[in-house]
Amino acid sequence: MSSRVSSGVRAVRAIVAGHGEFAAGLVSAVDQITGRGSAFRAISARDLSGADLDKLLVQTVEETGVTVVFTDLQAGSCTMAARRILRDRPDVLLVAGANLPMLLDFVFAEDVPAIEAARHAVDRGRAAITAHGGKT
Amino acid sequence: MTLVLNRIDDRLIHGQVVVGWGQPLDIGFIVLVDDEVACSEWEQELYRMGTPPEMQVHFYSVDAVTGSLPKFAADERPGILLTGNVDAMLALVSRAGVREVNIGGIHHRADRKQRLRYVFLSPQEERVLRQMAELGATVTAQDVPSSRPIELSELLESEASVQ
Repeated sequence: MSSRVSSGVRAVRAIVAGHGEFAAGLVSAVDQITGRGSAFRAISARDLSGADLDKLLVQTVEETGVTVVFTDLQAGSCTMAARRILRDRPDVLLVAGANLPMLLDFVFAEDVPAIEAARHAVDRGRAAITAHGGKT
Repeated sequence: MTLVLNRIDDRLIHGQVVVGWGQPLDIGFIVLVDDEVACSEWEQELYRMGTPPEMQVHFYSVDAVTGSLPKFAADERPGILLTGNVDAMLALVSRAGVREVNIGGIHHRADRKQRLRYVFLSPQEERVLRQMAELGATVTAQDVPSSRPIELSELLESEASVQ
């Protein structure tokens, strides 16, 4: 069976972090569509102090060994926490403004390094935003 | 227009502040009062990067800001005054005449008791908040504009049941 259709639990390749249920919601959507949701570890900023969120993110990066962090909002506290990590870990890639097409692209790029996959996914995620209709 | 929100929030500049309050209030500038951030170029750059280009951010230590507050209060754009803890805000209430205080987020710590989903307070912090009220400030807790402002008396009586 090729890796394209393989299933089962995957090693975590990236962290998804954001407000409310953003991360868990995106990851569950990726899982519903591809069965590859386990490629992500979801983190919520809800009800954590800035200091505790910093700690949680550092711990999760260390524990999972990942170098890619997707966040929801440039000004968001998860993005701030991730930027603090970048200070000591310039090898980590932070992508702010993540969306579902982006994460879908990322989980299918299993054969390339995670950083490369994330950069490709950023282009895909950006290109996937369209608007239709809206006639007045 | 003037400083339309004087907020205590241990996350300082983040989504709720920039988007949640910033957009509906059409915020033009943020005065971030924090001794640690005031002496770290790196932290300042971090908060600047997280703020949309139409919002200016000014960084001050508690001691340095009091003389500058009239200037910000006279600014024609609406602005937010932001501290990361109750002590800094008390200084602004007692020394700079701040009269309305918004508790936007003080989160879990071992010595704190939960009062709301987003407010945890130590006995010392409760004393400081009461002091602000005694100095004539109206103190309410409210995380985002759409939620109900909770008055200090109600806040200090509540056991995390109020949302």
